[in-house]
Amino acid sequence: MQVELVSPEAVLFSGECSQVVTRTVDGDIAFLDNHAPFIGALDVGQTQLWAADGVVSLAINGGFVEVSSNAVTILSDDAMAAQDIDVQEAQADLQAADQALASDADDTEAALAKKWAETRIQVSGGN
Amino acid sequence: MAGGQERILRRRISSIDATKKITRAMELIAASRIVKAQGRVQAAKPYSEKVTDVIANLAGGGAGVDHPLLAQPGDINRVAYVVIAADRGLCGGYNNNVLRAVERSIDSDRAAGRDYALILSGKKAAGYFSFRGYDVHAAFEGFSDQPNYSDAKAMAESVAELFENGEAQQVQLAYTRFLSMGSQEVTVDQFMPLEASEIGAEATEEAGGGYEFEPEPSEILGRLLPRYAEARLYAALLEASASEHAARQRAMKAATDNAEDLKINLTRIMNRARQDAITTEIMEIVGGAEAMSQDDDGDLEDLIAQSIEGSFAALATDRTDA
Repeated sequence: MQVELVSPEAVLFSGECSQVVTRTVDGDIAFLDNHAPFIGALDVGQTQLWAADGVVSLAINGGFVEVSSNAVTILSDDAMAAQDIDVQEAQADLQAADQALASDADDTEAALAKKWAETRIQVSGGN
Repeated sequence: MAGGQERILRRRISSIDATKKITRAMELIAASRIVKAQGRVQAAKPYSEKVTDVIANLAGGGAGVDHPLLAQPGDINRVAYVVIAADRGLCGGYNNNVLRAVERSIDSDRAAGRDYALILSGKKAAGYFSFRGYDVHAAFEGFSDQPNYSDAKAMAESVAELFENGEAQQVQLAYTRFLSMGSQEVTVDQFMPLEASEIGAEATEEAGGGYEFEPEPSEILGRLLPRYAEARLYAALLEASASEHAARQRAMKAATDNAEDLKINLTRIMNRARQDAITTEIMEIVGGAEAMSQDDDGDLEDLIAQSIEGSFAALATDRTDA
């Protein structure tokens, strides 16, 4: 199936894939060829694309996915490929978010920042 | 004394030449940036097209259209203006055209008894309105050259807050649309509430293509509409930056051409002044020699030859000084 990953500034990925795994706000979901039409809101999480030349791993900070007529479109205004992730920056963000949460456990913004930092670290493989 | 005017002209010409070099460089830079900016406008299109597609499909799937961004207000007491201008000048009428259009619009709102709120992008916009005593709600700057999506996001957030709190019942977006290299046009469009018909969110068609939704269509729409607003603002920022570079390129081309004309004219005047000075000097020498030959019956030709040589030497040192 044809897969496109589109951010507001550029098309980040476009090509044939055999499988797509991503995470909607209700949980992980996988798409194979000829999946039924689907629209979902994406959570902060990892997305994997099984492309012809290997698996592409990305960290996605929320977005949308649409599947129709054997094409998957992922819309995200903040997506990073594994090789583009700055692990040190993610670690620093994680620490900052942890500190914010320690002083105010209800800080939803910090909770999101923490999740995003953890996702980036996980995707980059730098646990 | 004779070389004085010439020296002044020479100095003016060299300063005009330096100015011309600067304007020419700015023209070339602006020209290369237009192409880049146009590329960014194109690169941003797939995203907003897809977002619009998804909204249409959601509406087809029965998503309710009761999102705050779609709420049509009854009475409009306050209109918010999102104004996109440049951080820098030297771009002809680019800034003034947008700013005047907004000012006119505010005037007509006031006549209708409506208040205004200003959300500005670009140093020039902030300067213009604060100098004229307008109340500026929020001003953003530093990205008119090359706006990023995060800039659009920050602006859209501040606009949406104003609108969703009910502080403003309508939001207008004023920017310069990039039609082509040669023509750009100031537009003042409605930004919020979002027009359901414009984004295809009218829940008319029943056949939603049999989509599955996760979560509920209305919830997805709720998340998607703010993205749509951001994408639209981002597109406007990008078009405005392309227009800014085009306007600057034109202004700098005109400045370069003017400098060239000025230089040609001044060179002509300078040459004439130099020629005049030489002619006057020769006349003086000839006159002087003649006067001397009447006093004294010396060899007239020798005398003329000597004094001409002498004054040419003087003229030569004069010019190397200059």
